[in-house]
Amino acid sequence: MGPLVPDIISNNLNFIVALVIGILFGAILEQAGFSTSKKLVGLFYGYDFTVLRVFFTAGIVAMIGVMGLAHFGLIDMNLVYINPTFLWSAIIGGLIMGLGFVIGGFCPGTSVCAAAIGKIDAIIFIGGAFLGVLIFAEGYPLFEPLYKTSNLGNPTFFNMLGMSQNVFAFIMVVFALIAFWGASIVENKVNGITKPPIRLTPYYIGIVSIGILMAISAFIFPDRKNTLSDLVQDKSFVKLYPVETMTVDELAFRVMDDQETKLQIIDFRPEKEFTKESLPKSTLFSLDNLYEKEPNQLLWLKHKINVFVANDEMMERKMAIIASELGYKRIKILQGGLNAFKEQVLNFKPIENPKNIDEVYQNRFRTKAMKAIPILIKNNKSAGPVEKKQKRVVGGC
Amino acid sequence: MEESKYMNPYLAGVLLGLLLIATIYITGRGLGASGAIKSYAVTTVETIAPAHTESTKFYKEYAEEHPGTSPLLNWLVFEVTGVLIGAFLSGLISNRLDFKLEKGPRTTTKIRVAGALIGGMLWGIGSQLGRGCTSGAALSGMAVMSFGGIITMFAIFAGAYAFAYFFRKFWI
Repeated sequence: MGPLVPDIISNNLNFIVALVIGILFGAILEQAGFSTSKKLVGLFYGYDFTVLRVFFTAGIVAMIGVMGLAHFGLIDMNLVYINPTFLWSAIIGGLIMGLGFVIGGFCPGTSVCAAAIGKIDAIIFIGGAFLGVLIFAEGYPLFEPLYKTSNLGNPTFFNMLGMSQNVFAFIMVVFALIAFWGASIVENKVNGITKPPIRLTPYYIGIVSIGILMAISAFIFPDRKNTLSDLVQDKSFVKLYPVETMTVDELAFRVMDDQETKLQIIDFRPEKEFTKESLPKSTLFSLDNLYEKEPNQLLWLKHKINVFVANDEMMERKMAIIASELGYKRIKILQGGLNAFKEQVLNFKPIENPKNIDEVYQNRFRTKAMKAIPILIKNNKSAGPVEKKQKRVVGGC
Repeated sequence: MEESKYMNPYLAGVLLGLLLIATIYITGRGLGASGAIKSYAVTTVETIAPAHTESTKFYKEYAEEHPGTSPLLNWLVFEVTGVLIGAFLSGLISNRLDFKLEKGPRTTTKIRVAGALIGGMLWGIGSQLGRGCTSGAALSGMAVMSFGGIITMFAIFAGAYAFAYFFRKFWI
């Protein structure tokens, strides 16, 4: 599961990755024509909308791609840098940058690109940006109130608007397509081209159909967490879903068995109850943990049987269904939940006058278990929730 | 030899988008640019006036956020070094390497130099307030649908369009 840094790619190798990504970034920007200020500002005077086309195409491709990665569980979005929102700082900073764009003719990334091919104005621009940072640093007491006001955390746009991720992505794609169309009209007008902005040539048909496909594809990657949580709301579906179960006796036997190494109890009770008392070999889990990179390394361990426990079986079932839908194997649930376990094993009342040999065995086993397991629980120092060492990466500028 | 034509903008956009997806998948963060300039600025001040950095709040906060190593041992510094190399190679292949100062047809070299310097300064200040520039806040913010990133993006475009009229003589 991504991000690959720091598990698969170490932090030092990441610098080499940065260099390679930078080379590709620079080459793409230069090939697109971002190395000349005349082309860049064309966007604001209507004679050249290259920047708008490249920028928005890249934005929507990346947006849908990241949605796809998250949908297939290839990336843990909790570890991905989401730019923080300081509302007024973002707006005023953006306006200042906009002013800088029409005065200076570059933005920082494109200025580096232009400087690399020898544009003197770009080298001066970088010098200016350098000074700008120093001005900000020295005048920090002045800027700080604005810089730190209205901190909204790291919200996503669709959460702020209270809409689904898919609808928002769809709106962004449609917005981009309309912008491309409008840009072509303006561009032709300013440059005195009389041909219609969209003609029935294979090129335009291709671009328009790819655009429409992108807009539709905004809906093929629904947010997995919401979809699965909705799925398990349906009680009859949950009851009919095939889930492997483990009897209370088997669990009791495995808990007591010293030689047992396969058992992993995944406990979905609230943290309070878990820390109060929990079975040996158990780990506290929450619904969110199922989607996260570090906790679910535990579930991927081979040769282990993961028994999901909670107070009632319905809860266990729901979690087990979500886990199976996420692709986890060897998941079992405890029959009747921990409530049944407590009632039938820990507070076992021997059957009086057992009628057959099974009942005799049951009496014998459970009487033994009800003595042994409370001691094990007492001695078990609960490990607490899965420890998450990885933090969100710090990105941005 | 003549300069090669530029790449089709939609194709370039798709390539840039794919690069951004790969970047987020591998590193958990997006692309950026202004952060590297900040790292160089902080390093310069640290080298010239170490006492000053120890007593000034901005540098102290920077040191707290980036503990330990030198500000130059930073992901964005490596990435921007890559941008320089990549753009240079691309310019070399397409015959666009040339020392020149570009300016609008109705403006003087002096004004262009002053404009580039002041424009750069505004970006230096603005990108600190916006916590990123067109790459770090706007583009990467759009990829992860960050509220702040997209707001900054619209503010950059809104600002540029709002002020474009007053500086039209610079460009057209």
